[in-house]
Amino acid sequence: MMNAEGGTSETLSLDDLHASVGVRSGRKHVLSILVENKPGVLTRVAGLFTRRGFNIDTLAVGPTDDDAISRITLTVDGALHPIDQVTKQLHKLVNVIKIRDLEPGDSLARELALFKVTVDGPRRAEVMQICDIFRGKVVDVSKDSVIFEVTGTTEKITAFDEMLKPFGLVEMMRTGEIAIARGRDET
Amino acid sequence: MRAVDAIMECLKAEGVEVVFGLPGGANLPTYDAFVDSEIKHILVRHEAGGGHAAEGYAKATGKVGVAFGTSGPGATNLVTPIVDAMMDSVPVVFMTGQIRSDLLGTDGFQEADTIGITMPGVKHSFMVTDANDIPRTIHEAFYIARSGRPGPVVVDIPVDISRADIDYEPVMEVSLPGYQPNVEGNAKQIRQAAKALAAAKRPVLYVGGGVVLGDASEELRALAASDRFPVTSTLMGLGSFPSEGPQWLGMLGMHGTRAANYSMDQADLICAIGARFDDRITGKLDEFAPHAKFIHIDVDPAEISKNVPAHIPIVGDVKSILPHLTSEYRALGADSTRLDDWLAKIESWKKEFPLTYTDTDDNEIRPQYMVEAVYEATGGNAIVCSDVGQHQMWTAQYYHFPEPRRWINSGGLGTMGFGLPAAMGAKIGCPDQDVVLIAGDGSIQMNMQELAACSQEGIDVKVLIMNNGCLGMVRQWQELFWEKRYSHVDMGDYPDFVKLAEAYGATGVRLTDKSTLVDDLRSAIATPGPVVVDVRVTEEENVYPMISPGMPARDMVG
Ligand SMILES: Cc1ncc(C[n+]2csc(CCOP(=O)(O)OP(=O)(O)O)c2C)c(N)n1
Ligand SMILES: [Mg+2]
Repeated sequence: MMNAEGGTSETLSLDDLHASVGVRSGRKHVLSILVENKPGVLTRVAGLFTRRGFNIDTLAVGPTDDDAISRITLTVDGALHPIDQVTKQLHKLVNVIKIRDLEPGDSLARELALFKVTVDGPRRAEVMQICDIFRGKVVDVSKDSVIFEVTGTTEKITAFDEMLKPFGLVEMMRTGEIAIARGRDET
Repeated sequence: MRAVDAIMECLKAEGVEVVFGLPGGANLPTYDAFVDSEIKHILVRHEAGGGHAAEGYAKATGKVGVAFGTSGPGATNLVTPIVDAMMDSVPVVFMTGQIRSDLLGTDGFQEADTIGITMPGVKHSFMVTDANDIPRTIHEAFYIARSGRPGPVVVDIPVDISRADIDYEPVMEVSLPGYQPNVEGNAKQIRQAAKALAAAKRPVLYVGGGVVLGDASEELRALAASDRFPVTSTLMGLGSFPSEGPQWLGMLGMHGTRAANYSMDQADLICAIGARFDDRITGKLDEFAPHAKFIHIDVDPAEISKNVPAHIPIVGDVKSILPHLTSEYRALGADSTRLDDWLAKIESWKKEFPLTYTDTDDNEIRPQYMVEAVYEATGGNAIVCSDVGQHQMWTAQYYHFPEPRRWINSGGLGTMGFGLPAAMGAKIGCPDQDVVLIAGDGSIQMNMQELAACSQEGIDVKVLIMNNGCLGMVRQWQELFWEKRYSHVDMGDYPDFVKLAEAYGATGVRLTDKSTLVDDLRSAIATPGPVVVDVRVTEEENVYPMISPGMPARDMVG
């Protein structure tokens, strides 16, 4: 049935209304953020997280094919923060052009890590084997240490890290994740 | 053209009538341009005064306020007004001088990282690094300050850049790829909201400062009139709905009326309009409005579901959304008798719990009575500014604002010392209206120096000090929540405000007699030029009713 304004006149019960936002997703979110390439933009983004009490898990910044625009990829724990509040606050920054919350199924995420291990003798062969399994590379070798390079998802790198620990891991460097949307769509 | 003359051209193009500021080394070039410019400049005595004056001007007129300061201490003195403007969404452009570009980062004389210091408290900020960018930057700053949810924008210009010459071309439009405020509300959501209103048996319109900022008072009144919806307002929304009649619940929140807070507590539908569910409104969040569904209308999407999850979010400009909502609601032809019981309940609350205080037979002036007397002396028609404290709350409770932009105070940040400069700015913006300031004896001392600017420029503000001899609001909290262990709230009999007024070239009056208070106030207000009235009121008096911090609204005391 139509009313004078052209809408339906079917009534609504207040019991049928549900608030859908503000809930915690409980998973990791990868936010891919296009920002204007201007001084201080990273400070604004980082400062916003501090002020609102949001935690950044990883952060990577790099150029895009447009000199005027940079991309910030950051990961946030959706169990700790309502992700829509994080993105809405980010959108308010004048220098933020676009934000995409990349769905794990529709995107690829990679991180690069370097591991330095002190091993020699037979144990060295053992570590090399583990590296092979993880499709890592040996990028530097000295008498008593080896440096491995591994690329992959955060989970894979964490797993590699766990495997290396018993061998005398000296240090590890991780870049933080970058991610890209699958298919034809731009990220 | 000199870049600084281009600054003046840009300000003119933006319709700026007045700048509040104080010069120094790093903005000397800009000040030179004032000499030949038509733009009025008010020399304040402290940059914070200038910042708050720009806020008062903006709040009273709806136009963008402008404040200038030099680098270093000039800029740091502006931090409080900047954050104040952020918290209350006041459109103000702050222009600061900066030290020479080649000295930046060397801890040069009067260098402060103005952009860094102000970053968490601005809507946006610009550091100009090329003189040719000055005109575009200024227009972008004004555009950002006034559009969407208004707020403060800082423009920092190194002195060598402002000294340069540029080819000035008027800027016709701005391009900000990352900034597109949403204005039109979603039509489907608006229709849904109308249906929810029609289904509600216990609705409340909960109105905030957004209605004042969005100039949507008429539109709000039309929505309220489309049925008999009860209306309550936050401190910042006062005046957007007339403070009288059966639909008016009074202010809500910590020092709101019982009728307003009980209505929120019992409501089945709350329509929040330009309001943000601040903790001073909700009390204990888990127990706030336990039976209600929420429609939330706001121009800032981040406000929606920030504190209280919305069932029907509508993002956009209240001025365009409310008429749409009203006509959708009218078209539904809802049966108004469904509200009968609710309105009867509200009426009984209003009867049972009016705002009251105990007056005495002696001549002592109760602070609440002082506000009633000011209301009478001004015919309820003045622009009323206040500082922060008990006097602010009593003014909100007892001065019944008929129109928006008549009530100018610092709500979000609660900045003592806001009042006098804000009143100054309001008077310059609205020269034909009476501007009175109900000041606290503590707060007024935080920007008292601006009386000199008022006297010098003939800015006709009437400063009515509610003198209770103490930091009253803090005293109240120590009395109620700290077992009367009073700590540093007594200010003795200092200063002598009458003498101080005279020293500043203003008229000073002291009032202590209740029986003649209204007439005495009337004649003080009729005295030309700036006037300071030292009204001696009862010291030990508390603002009631009150939601104690962390308690639910239904447990109001007093
Ligand atoms: C700049 C600043 N410092 C401290 C406070 C904390 N504070 C809130 S109200 C108040 C008392 C204000 O005293 P007065 O201006 O005399 O007002 P009254 O409460 O006595 O009416 C204080 C100190 C504040 N709001 N602002
Ligand atoms: Mg006081």
